[in-house]
Amino acid sequence: MVSTEARGSAGTALPHESAILHVTGSATYIDDLPELRRTLHAAIGLATEAHARILSVELSAVRAAPGVVCVLTADDIPGLNDFGPVVHDDPIFATDEVQFHGQALFAVLAEDMRAARAAARLAKVEYDRLPALLGIDEALEAGTRVLPDVALRQGDVDTAIGAAPHQLEGTVRHGGQDHFYLETHIAYAIPQEDNTFRIHSSSQHPGEVQLQVAHALGLEAKDVTVECRRMGGGFGGKESQPGQIAAIAAIGALRTGRPVKLRLDRDDDMVLTGKRHDFRIDWHVGFDDEGRILGVRFRQSTRAGYSADLTGAIADRAMFHADNAYYLPSVAIDSHRCKTHTVSNTAFRGFGGPQGMFGIEEVIDAIARKLGRDPLDVRKLNYYGTTERNTTHYGQVIEDNVIHEMTAELEAGCDYRARREAIRKWNASSPVIRRGIALTPVKFGISFTATHLNQAGALLNVYTDGTVLLNHGGTEMGQGLFTKVAQVVARELQIDIDRIRVTASDTARVPNASATAASSGADLNGKAAQDAARKIKARLTEFAAAKYAVREDQVEFRANQVQAGTTVVSFAELVHAAWMARISLSATGYYRTPKIAYDRNTLSGRPFYYYAYGVACSEVAIDTLTGESKVLRTDILHDAGQSLNPAIDLGQIEGGFIQGMGWLTMEELHWDASGRLRTHAPSTYKIPAVSDVPRIFNVRLWDRAINAEDSIFRSKAVGEPPFMLALSVWHAIKDAVAAAADYRVTPMLNAPATAEEILRSVDDACQRARAA
Amino acid sequence: MKTAQLHFLLDGRDIRLDRVSPTTTLLNWLREDEGRTGTKEGCAEGDCGACTVVVAEARNGELVWRSVNACIQFLPTLHGKALFTVESLRASEGGLHPAQTAMVSCHGSQCGFCTPGFVMSLFGLYQTEAAPDGDAVADALSGNLCRCTGYRPIIDAAQAMYRLPAPGGKLPAPQWQNASDPAAQALLDRLVHMNADDVTLDLVHADSRFTAPRSLDEFASCVARHPDATILAGSTDIGLWITKQFRRLPHLIYLGRVRELTSLSETGGWLDIGAAVTLEDAFEAILPHYPELTELWRRFASRPIRNAGTLCGNIANGSPIGDSMPALIAIGAEVVLRHGDRTRALPLEALYLGYQKKDLAPGEFVQCVRIPLARGPLDEHLIRAWKISRRHDQDISAVFAGFSLTHHHGVVSSARLAFGGMAATPKRASHAEATLIGRPFDDAALSDARAALALDFQPLSDMRASAEYRMTVAQNLLTRLHHELAGHPTRIDNVEADHGQH
Repeated sequence: MVSTEARGSAGTALPHESAILHVTGSATYIDDLPELRRTLHAAIGLATEAHARILSVELSAVRAAPGVVCVLTADDIPGLNDFGPVVHDDPIFATDEVQFHGQALFAVLAEDMRAARAAARLAKVEYDRLPALLGIDEALEAGTRVLPDVALRQGDVDTAIGAAPHQLEGTVRHGGQDHFYLETHIAYAIPQEDNTFRIHSSSQHPGEVQLQVAHALGLEAKDVTVECRRMGGGFGGKESQPGQIAAIAAIGALRTGRPVKLRLDRDDDMVLTGKRHDFRIDWHVGFDDEGRILGVRFRQSTRAGYSADLTGAIADRAMFHADNAYYLPSVAIDSHRCKTHTVSNTAFRGFGGPQGMFGIEEVIDAIARKLGRDPLDVRKLNYYGTTERNTTHYGQVIEDNVIHEMTAELEAGCDYRARREAIRKWNASSPVIRRGIALTPVKFGISFTATHLNQAGALLNVYTDGTVLLNHGGTEMGQGLFTKVAQVVARELQIDIDRIRVTASDTARVPNASATAASSGADLNGKAAQDAARKIKARLTEFAAAKYAVREDQVEFRANQVQAGTTVVSFAELVHAAWMARISLSATGYYRTPKIAYDRNTLSGRPFYYYAYGVACSEVAIDTLTGESKVLRTDILHDAGQSLNPAIDLGQIEGGFIQGMGWLTMEELHWDASGRLRTHAPSTYKIPAVSDVPRIFNVRLWDRAINAEDSIFRSKAVGEPPFMLALSVWHAIKDAVAAAADYRVTPMLNAPATAEEILRSVDDACQRARAA
Repeated sequence: MKTAQLHFLLDGRDIRLDRVSPTTTLLNWLREDEGRTGTKEGCAEGDCGACTVVVAEARNGELVWRSVNACIQFLPTLHGKALFTVESLRASEGGLHPAQTAMVSCHGSQCGFCTPGFVMSLFGLYQTEAAPDGDAVADALSGNLCRCTGYRPIIDAAQAMYRLPAPGGKLPAPQWQNASDPAAQALLDRLVHMNADDVTLDLVHADSRFTAPRSLDEFASCVARHPDATILAGSTDIGLWITKQFRRLPHLIYLGRVRELTSLSETGGWLDIGAAVTLEDAFEAILPHYPELTELWRRFASRPIRNAGTLCGNIANGSPIGDSMPALIAIGAEVVLRHGDRTRALPLEALYLGYQKKDLAPGEFVQCVRIPLARGPLDEHLIRAWKISRRHDQDISAVFAGFSLTHHHGVVSSARLAFGGMAATPKRASHAEATLIGRPFDDAALSDARAALALDFQPLSDMRASAEYRMTVAQNLLTRLHHELAGHPTRIDNVEADHGQH
């Protein structure tokens, strides 16, 4: 009997399943599909006012432009003019009123892409300009909301703060963030017989695109199929947004009877589609002499943009993560989901979690600086306990807390204390450049907070040659989901990974799938695929036991072979024999996350199946004359449970960290006074580039990690949690700013910490230090 | 002599095109006409690198390999060159190039969309450098954005590819690997042959035209005869007029094939840099004389942009936020302008009359920029060029400062302080300069110069920086200069992390 595992089974550091296709340029994205004859290309006409009544839309010049075949407006939509995922407040095309600069008004269909894009600029629109609310403060003042305010109360916070030996309060803000997936939004709609449609959509949620297209066309789900082999990046930006793109392509296909491709130009993509929610956080904390939090009050106000989109769930998650890893004995959180005349903000890696944590980390840092303590000591003092002080402000008892061990390991491993002292000494003799260091934790709740979304399906076909075709409801956006799920099946069936092909996400194969979001992809789809594989395995086991006259517990699957008693056959031979004996070789799998239950009205219960943890320590340098900054070193220890694929998990951690660093340092969305986004291309919107990677970058998976819950092979979700490790960079910058004022005042810094913001903060800190 | 047929090589195959619109981008031709969809569009403005391809040229009897952005290269500019795309790397027997193998084994791809561009930048590096250090790797990758990986595995791949066996197949070997590689020699011979004639490429398509003369006289007369035509060099700016602004450019006159304009020469105490010389080649010639401009070179733009764009193009464009001008003004560069057969020379700062307004007559063009080679001893002549932008790689300045300060026995004898991003043109700070001359650069002089800067400039606010920040930073850069004279560390790029005990 062969004793080795099948090649590439779960736990192995395999390359991404498409790695060779990626490097050879042969991985097919939607724009790379061979175009069908008579394919038309679409471009969207965008509004040029932030808030206005539309008086007239003159499209004759658009229609007359070379190559133009037709123009689509709201009048061409046979069904619903809406793509809102939760609330129906997202028109595909604006009709009477424009609600943000860049909102879609119409679309042009032309024989080629350039003709369509050039023509889309020729519309003459008359507006009656209305007052536009652009920022959070204006919306708070005007009282505009996309959804009602939500309040969470735990304990008697007023008394706790009032009786506390120390109190502090403040306001801190952070900016939004463009996803900047390298592949812009795209859909290719192909009309098929009997008024049905096949849609290729770059989407994290094909099932929702299916419904959105059906509703727009006045059809039913059965009439539309949506497929996505891979996205060129998603990060949440392709969760709710692809519906509009696909719907426009589909409406065009319906109107013309021709295939229609809509691929957004980068600038249009950045102007038209939603971004990370920016927040203003007002806080008030009471704490004891050591820095232990006794009570804290947050007012979280976020810019939703003009519509609700996913703002409700995002703002909820910000409330859930207002604790990060800290026990809060009494809490009050007021959440305001502000309506503004800007693009509707949407899901982005972390989904409110980073925003919530940003607030509490600000509080912790302020306490430490007020008391003159090392912020790490105050962090550790406030960490959740393992057996007591372990209930969250929403009532979930934390049963898997490993933050103490992880912090201790990283603190020692990166020599935090000695370096902190050495940096302080160095700063004293460096008038221009200052350095800072910070070690910050992450605790991130895993599960969709909307409980019903925590389900998944898979379809597994075994062919008579023993090869496997695997399909599940998850989508591949680069995170390695297809690789991991195939590895799960390789381990279950004990066959080599190259005997398994994972096929494009397709609403016709696995229906009603949730979005690939909330870091849940591998947890949900891995379990569903495992379920399908186990069904097949059970049938084959029963068959083998009968055929070779052994008990079922004497049948073993090992590395492409099956042993039944003393007989050893290859997996392929057994499969073929089973087929000859008329055994079904196709199975569906299904999974729903156990234990979770959460009451949306009281904001309490167990929204999360488990938590993922991580710790990061970053060291930075800032230039006190220009505000420029640089990350010099980062050390990360992250908890991915029993990793399904350590190489892929490492990639998620590093990539998430750098993306988070971009959010907090250089990525700035700038709207001008008229509400027009001025940072709408990589020339003006800067994401981290190769020189921004810390020169010393030590990233490790925590080797003692294991999921306390029965997740897929005890792994942990890893998509979102590492994003928030970048808070270490943020607080290291604050530490360097504090150094510029000889650690005498608490820096006031808002994110992103651009050079301009750091210089402002340095000058402000120095002024306050002089005045003190 | 003229030809209306565009001719270049793709994977060693002759591509001859008779009917091509002059502003067809290389990217669109690859994807739409050739079905080579490995090369991706991420931004269509040369800022993300998903479209990176590699172009080989014959220059001075050698093969020169350059990564460029296909999205903003016009197809006719490939005339006489050899093109390599990600599809080219697959050897005939189907094996992977070391750049590709290393990217797979280092886990350098996630979503994969940026990957072909990274692979081509790595291929460009492989073809040109035998043993790049970390800075050279970062520079080679400075024009490629990845949103998934965080770059570390790609940086690793850049080193790992050199540890792998040489690629098989028909790809020309890099010079460092095999100086007498037959495939490389064959390619060089063909390119030399393709460029041996003096034939002007003159493409006429529908209502647009592309003219690429070979001699300076012919070019000058063509520009003089067609003063409304657009002079095209690296297309790193003009490319965007097409991809983003949908402008019509009825006649492009391309200077990239004019022999005299591609040359660099040192004569009479000047380094003359022809209008067709790329930024990369120009800096290679300038830096030995002015090592202080190394940061300007590295941060001017990404590698593919520097491989395509020209120094004279940056100067002739005359953007208030162009990076080269403040530094070149500070060191006393001149421009030579030509109209028909007449030339005239100007101090660079005199070229700029106002916002987008230059002392350049219709039909006149920048023929070359001249860099003075004589300079004071390093301890008496302080030259600095500093860029302040949001990001280190491939960004546009909020403020750019070029300083040249001469001092004898502690007294400043001359000061040239030039700034970008502070006014409608690149401009010297004449008031601030005046405060420094004839006295020691002490605290009082610094304070006076800082104050004088407010008389020199009234900067604007935009998405890159506020007016206040621009002014503060411009003043603080004078302070930085002062600190540098005192020997204090002033640059975050030179700071290292504390290594602690472990």
